[in-house]
Amino acid sequence: MRVVRWTVTATVILFLVAPLLVVAIVSINQNRYMDFPPDGFSFHWYGELVNDTGWRDAITRSLVIAAASSAIAVLIATPLAYVLRAYDVRLAPLFYSLGILPFMLPPVISAIGAQVFWLSTGYFQRIENVIVSHGIFFSTLPLVTISLAMDQMDRSLGEAAQTLGANPRTTFRTITLPLLLPSIITGYAAAFVLSLNEYIIAFLVAGFAVETLPIKVFNSLRYGFTPTIAAVAVVFILIAATVFTMFAIFGNLLRFLGADTGVLDHDH
Amino acid sequence: MSDRRKPTRAAYLVLAFPLLMLAIFFVAPFGIMVAYSFYRRISGGFYEPAFDPASWKRLLQPVFLDRAAFSIGISLLAGAVCIAVAFPFTFFLTRMRRRPHVALLILVLSALSLSEVIVGFAWSVLLGRASGISNILVWLGLMDEPRAYQPGFLAVLLGLSYIAFPYCVLTLYPPLSRLDREVTEAAQTLGASPWKTFRTVVVPIMRPTLMAGFLLVFVFTLGSYLIASILGRPEHWTLSVFISDQASFNANVPFAAAMALFLTILSLAVVGIVMLLESRTRSAT
Amino acid sequence: MGARGGLKLQGLVKHFDDVAAVDGVDLELPAGQLISFLGPSGCGKTTLLRMIAGLEQPTEGRIVVDDEDVTDQPPHIRDMGMVFQSLALFPHLTVAGNIGYAMRIRGVAKDRIQERVQELLTLVSLEGLADRRISQLSGGQRQRVATARALALEPRLFLLDEPLSALDANLREQLQVELRLLQQKLGITTIMVTHDQREAMTMSDLVVVMNAGRIEQIGAPLDVYRRPATSFVARFIGTTNLLPGTRDSDGVLRVAGREFTVSGEAASGNVVISVRPEDAHLLLGDPPDRNALPGTVVFVRDLGEMFECYVDCGLDDNVVVAGSPRERVPVEQGQRVAISFPSEACVVVGGGDRT
Repeated sequence: MRVVRWTVTATVILFLVAPLLVVAIVSINQNRYMDFPPDGFSFHWYGELVNDTGWRDAITRSLVIAAASSAIAVLIATPLAYVLRAYDVRLAPLFYSLGILPFMLPPVISAIGAQVFWLSTGYFQRIENVIVSHGIFFSTLPLVTISLAMDQMDRSLGEAAQTLGANPRTTFRTITLPLLLPSIITGYAAAFVLSLNEYIIAFLVAGFAVETLPIKVFNSLRYGFTPTIAAVAVVFILIAATVFTMFAIFGNLLRFLGADTGVLDHDH
Repeated sequence: MSDRRKPTRAAYLVLAFPLLMLAIFFVAPFGIMVAYSFYRRISGGFYEPAFDPASWKRLLQPVFLDRAAFSIGISLLAGAVCIAVAFPFTFFLTRMRRRPHVALLILVLSALSLSEVIVGFAWSVLLGRASGISNILVWLGLMDEPRAYQPGFLAVLLGLSYIAFPYCVLTLYPPLSRLDREVTEAAQTLGASPWKTFRTVVVPIMRPTLMAGFLLVFVFTLGSYLIASILGRPEHWTLSVFISDQASFNANVPFAAAMALFLTILSLAVVGIVMLLESRTRSAT
Repeated sequence: MGARGGLKLQGLVKHFDDVAAVDGVDLELPAGQLISFLGPSGCGKTTLLRMIAGLEQPTEGRIVVDDEDVTDQPPHIRDMGMVFQSLALFPHLTVAGNIGYAMRIRGVAKDRIQERVQELLTLVSLEGLADRRISQLSGGQRQRVATARALALEPRLFLLDEPLSALDANLREQLQVELRLLQQKLGITTIMVTHDQREAMTMSDLVVVMNAGRIEQIGAPLDVYRRPATSFVARFIGTTNLLPGTRDSDGVLRVAGREFTVSGEAASGNVVISVRPEDAHLLLGDPPDRNALPGTVVFVRDLGEMFECYVDCGLDDNVVVAGSPRERVPVEQGQRVAISFPSEACVVVGGGDRT
């Protein structure tokens, strides 16, 4: 059994790490192409990211879209999750399914839908279109995280606030919302990361006029490869790894991912 | 035992905003898509309002049906591969000591944050002739000369499995970490070898989760566009690639709309069938 | 404190779907006392409390506090403080934040809030813990914070829903005494829901015993114990022996063919007599003519501080005799003995059915 355990784990680690390594090596390669063994090392592709306006603009656009659309996603998800869980609403399962559906279907479907929608309004190929469509598409994520948090919240907290004199609005403001904040932030962060990396919706909705980072990367791959792509990827990976490591050190990463922490602590 | 409050007028008002947003920007587009799928395509990449089922008829052509079958097939395969690897991996992961446990989780999460296009790019390099795995094998003396494995079926499958793998692990993680250790220990005291324990105790208990993970990977990879574009030849292109190409480059929006709707029905149908089979076998045991 | 918090419950009924959780409760409770709602789970006591708090709407009936009909008032208007079973302390606020919450949302000045919080901390013996986070507190400390929070605005009703059930036994008994002393000091009308009859007996001025949505008996703890009105109350509070008897046309009450005199009235026909184990006496030799039964010893429990003897007298259940070590009569399993039941300890609790 030990052999199996080691083989599986080692294979998976290799599998997961391989592309990360490739990307890292390409990003510091002197030459344009990936030769093995590599010719020389240089960090000037990272410099490209900052100096080249094409890349800088694409990164900025993607960050703006991610920030704005995630905000919209949260603004849609929070009232939906709260009202459906706090009150006994007729047709609640239907509304919840409606909230989940955008993300459950293959993205190309939402992309085509968004494309025809904006075309028919006559207001299209603009960054606002992408922001709104992303906001709708990714609203599922905060909806799920916030609904989960609502389910796990002790109902008697709201009742206690009422017995202390808080009307429903005050209860929401002083008790429910602060306690939902972690799940709201998680939903926002998830939507942010996914929006940053999203290609097909952004492309079909406004791909010719608004070049987001993924669109630029894909175009680069097809029409002329530069290792700057790899530099982008390495930056993303490093940020993600840092964030998660911080979380693991200062927070409780395992519990956050759903582990049963009681069991873990005794084998150290 | 207490009843939830009946919604107040304010609550309905608050609910109205998200529902309105979803209605306008999600339901309406769907409706428009249905309408568009019946529009007639005219030359020059435009289309006029009509009730022309031509686009839907094109769906019945073998060209399209082959593509659909291939898409479903490769997604089911990716689902099977992911589950087959992720399940034992996550099982072992949940039983590791804290340090390696956390480190591996960070690795999985970091892989998650790689965007699909980067994953496609990285695998295209790894499986390419110039500087990929085959070069290493040649260098180690295990191969005569380097070969390109991409674009190709295997490349697409590997790419799809890679992007779906972290999601699979994260879905299996909570239930597996909650699996009572003593259940497996009990089986062993009753004489089951570790492998037998895994097969006759762990797998049956985890069946619903495995099914959920499988469906997750299926739907997820069905919707993938970039991996198939980058790592596959045209015969390996999935429906998603086909559809978006029709919508953008061929400017045949009615056909694209019809295909997209078809894909929706397809996804829901496959998920439904699998869940039906699952509950059927469950009640039989 | 004046006599605030007189409570009147009139014809209260609460249905959940088809189930009647509360099935007609009429109650008039005096102010300034600690009243327990006691009963097994599902008897409706918590539902009753939540209706008084306004967290549930009665299907029928009215709730009147100090001559004010509060039935239609939402909870946040009612003048009360409540301690929940899970304590429901706000995890994102400190101890001071929790205790001062009611004042904060009413816009009371910060320094006044601080002053009052200190007063309350002293009241519950938690000085110095104002800035602690809830997660850093022990079970007993959390309980006290919940109490202080509920009493911050000196409400006229203090409601407690199984407040000590999350604590371990020793702590629970200690806090029972503390809570009772606090209540007496403040003179506040307190209603406490509990399933633990010892807790109710320890703390209450008045006990309301409930079963299946109805009130079985109301009375001071010792009265309810000594004179249970029904066999349910007799069995729920403490342990008891239930003896089936018959009163014939000649007016004589007999148990297993032997003559019995009891305290209080007894209708004709079948009756059930309740006798507490500690009131019954174990005798060697033949049983006396009246108020006694012969039997065989089935089991003896010597618990050090007390003993219990289970005797088979030919009835459906064994008769239990309990007593202190001083009263211990040396008997063995299988030995033939007699049990005497003093008539003042025999209480008629109901007609023929022993359920």
